[in-house]
Amino acid sequence: MGIEGIGARVARKEDKRFITGLGRYVDDMTVPGMKHAAFVRSPHAHANIRSINVDAASDMPGVIGVLTGRELQADGIGNLICGWMVHSKDGSPMKMGAWSALATEKVRYVGDAVAIVVADTKGQARDAAEAVEIDYEELPAITDAVKALDENAPQLHPEAEGNLIYDWEIGDSAATDSALADAAHVTRMKIVNNRLIPNAMEPRAALGHYDKAEDHYTCWTTSQNPHVARLVMSAFYNVAPENKLRVIAPDVGGGFGSKIFIYPEEIVCLWASKRTGVPVKWVADRTESFLTDAHGRDHVTEVQMAFGADNRITGLKVDTIANFGAYMSLFSSSVPTYLYATLLSGQYDIPAIHANVRGVYTNTAPVDAYRGAGRPEATYVVERTVETAARELGISPAELRRKNFIREFPHQTPVIMNYDAGDYDASLEAAMREADYDGFAARRAEAEKRGRKRGIGMSCYIEACGIAPSAAVGSLGAGVGLWESAEVRVNAAGTIEVLTGSHSHGQGHETTFSQLVAHRFGVPIEQVSIVHGDTDKVQMGMGTYGSRSGAVGMSAIAKALDKVEAKAKKIAAHLLEADESDIVIENGEAKVAGTDKTVPWFQVALAAYTAHNLPEGMEPGLKEGAFYDPTNFTFPAGCYICEVEVDPETGHTDIVQFVAADDFGNIVNPMIVEGQVHGGLAQGIGQALLEGCHYDPATGQLITASYMDYTMPRAADLPSFRVSTTNTPCPGNPLGIKGCGEAGAIGSPPALINAITDAIGNNDLTMPATPQRVWAAMQ
Amino acid sequence: MADVTMTVNGRKISGTVEDRTLLVHFLRENEGLTGTHVGCDTSQCGACVVHVDGMAVKSCTMLAAQASGSEVLTIEGLADGAELHPVQAAFKEHHGLQCGFCTPGMIMAAADMIRRHPEGLDEKTVRAELEGNICRCTGYHNIVKAILAASEAMGGKAKAA
Repeated sequence: MGIEGIGARVARKEDKRFITGLGRYVDDMTVPGMKHAAFVRSPHAHANIRSINVDAASDMPGVIGVLTGRELQADGIGNLICGWMVHSKDGSPMKMGAWSALATEKVRYVGDAVAIVVADTKGQARDAAEAVEIDYEELPAITDAVKALDENAPQLHPEAEGNLIYDWEIGDSAATDSALADAAHVTRMKIVNNRLIPNAMEPRAALGHYDKAEDHYTCWTTSQNPHVARLVMSAFYNVAPENKLRVIAPDVGGGFGSKIFIYPEEIVCLWASKRTGVPVKWVADRTESFLTDAHGRDHVTEVQMAFGADNRITGLKVDTIANFGAYMSLFSSSVPTYLYATLLSGQYDIPAIHANVRGVYTNTAPVDAYRGAGRPEATYVVERTVETAARELGISPAELRRKNFIREFPHQTPVIMNYDAGDYDASLEAAMREADYDGFAARRAEAEKRGRKRGIGMSCYIEACGIAPSAAVGSLGAGVGLWESAEVRVNAAGTIEVLTGSHSHGQGHETTFSQLVAHRFGVPIEQVSIVHGDTDKVQMGMGTYGSRSGAVGMSAIAKALDKVEAKAKKIAAHLLEADESDIVIENGEAKVAGTDKTVPWFQVALAAYTAHNLPEGMEPGLKEGAFYDPTNFTFPAGCYICEVEVDPETGHTDIVQFVAADDFGNIVNPMIVEGQVHGGLAQGIGQALLEGCHYDPATGQLITASYMDYTMPRAADLPSFRVSTTNTPCPGNPLGIKGCGEAGAIGSPPALINAITDAIGNNDLTMPATPQRVWAAMQ
Repeated sequence: MADVTMTVNGRKISGTVEDRTLLVHFLRENEGLTGTHVGCDTSQCGACVVHVDGMAVKSCTMLAAQASGSEVLTIEGLADGAELHPVQAAFKEHHGLQCGFCTPGMIMAAADMIRRHPEGLDEKTVRAELEGNICRCTGYHNIVKAILAASEAMGGKAKAA
């Protein structure tokens, strides 16, 4: 590795603008004539709209226009869609209720958008929004997914009888039932995965600009995947044809999944810009973010795990009810099915698995992918159950896991996934060593003397990343392929631009991707620019989520680099009068191996563009593109160990140590990878200890709609983490990368809850483990 | 409407604003200083921290009119020309930022924290002092490291944790 190549701990190139206040987020953008929007939102969880009167609002100072769903529909703007078709076990397609970007007849959750006001200032737009008169007929609301399945529950959509979106299954029901019947021991649990609100620090925002002269739209938006946004807004929402719609996602302040989806606001801002004749900017306030960003998790699960007399797992049966909220968000259907139940084998060799999942409408915000998306829910089910089983069987949690680890690869699970590589013993041992697991009993005894209850818990997670092989996901219902694109442009004087369909919103792509180029050609990373996030610059791409930008995005770059390298070698061989096969490119020059004959990189580039002296028949230029479609998912895995002390007087939990040992395959920039793990751990610990989204069950009002009510992890809530990696390269992609963006959030909640329940001696504890809940569990 | 005059990053400026204009909106919209961010509406997140007369202030808790006559320092004015402030340099060196949105507020709060603790900082103090700044990306691990390193670089003695 060079000092800036693969494996080097390089400080980030993008930091300069962020630490000096020169980042450019959507709210920082202005265009001439730009006006400001506020949305009128439903204050009710469920109501019929009897009438909307915009007259008073239209007369307010500064108001340019007040628009409703009626005009939106008159202009042919289409309903929002869910892009992944899932079929119920009876073969019927999922039941998708209509979702208009502005509601016309009925509102279905608090925050549902009904109208947009465009005014000279944001303040005027908000003042006028309050003057829009809407006559609602309130209807009974339901927020709990289990209760929404009751016969007498309020009904949300005529398309979905009984609020049921799908009743889906995977695996072999008969074989699993038989394993349960024959088991020496069965561990049974009811597991709730608490609903979360993503809370990227930058609120969502959109700036729509219709250019009448060109009949062309530009949308600046807080997106993790601007090309997907353009495709969906063009092909399904009829905003504009793709060649008349440019989508730009500039600096984006965190996503965590919540900025994958195409929301009503960006569609409406684009449309409203044409309707009103002015550029329209909308920026969510934090309460709007709480109310309308797609939420995460919200599963209720019954699980049964069967064991043989030798403590081998013989079967796993899972029955899950997943809350979808009021509408089916863009990828919502895939999260509790193909991103969840396919990971229920965990790190274990389980011969029979069956999972049944029911998706349910409720009068709450739409639920979709949030950091980990299905995989944290699966890991929580498996790792809480395995730890509980170890306690019931009276053997150590580590021993029970070792007993059941998969050790031969590739391994075909009973739930679609084919694990390509891994070494679960290695990460378990690394974590146990780092945590001094064997010394725990002494530490517990010492804590006991201080009147503190000390506990330890572990979690051995697996995830499927590198999303995803296009044909495979297509066969499972995905509406898109999940390849990635790249283009490498070598400029005439040797600097390099890499165009990528991945999008960085904190992941450090400008540095990591540059390191890949530096590694290949030996040019300094400062001579490499990463271009992303603009559909006018990058032709097409699928964006960043599912820990895919390393495994898939960088593989596309690697493929394009292969082509550039091949052509550069031909040019260099010609210039050096050598055989192409003898040319190596390193340290910023091309040379004839084993000789001192060299030509600097910039001269190779220059030769490509002057074209004065190229090999016979070669086209000028040095620019190559590639699409990379993965052949399999990647399977990052690892072991997390958490040790806590609980104050028996107050129920307050202190995390005294948190150890992570992850297998991410090959690593490009360890500093950035560690940072991704830290952030993921904080989100997972937040879920387990602090964060809970609460709707009032009677009214459907969101009670946790600000930072005064929803507990975000603060610095003092968290420890410093001890993270390390073990490494089994991924055989499925050219770089051997597995992905690291979500692991922390996936693996940490069960480790923490296993630790607290160990400390207090009561296994019945629901996340978030607030002091009140922990105290109650100790009584 | 209110007339306001203040010194921002060493430059004297004035303007006429609606009475209800917050300092953060005055800085962002009137002065184009968009490095100061708005991350919440309840003065919890700290993305809008600036220095007013040498003290860290959440610029969403203060009216522009209240800051009239004050010296205001924003993230754009923290570096000494091309030379980064030690806190900025430490955030970069220790990977104390990811998406960058909370970063300006974090850095301004950290600079103030170090100023108020000339005796030096330890991890526990830094974590407690960051109560008013929320980050969703980093898990605070590297932010804490960066602030401790900056404190040392600026002459504060690092106490044993």
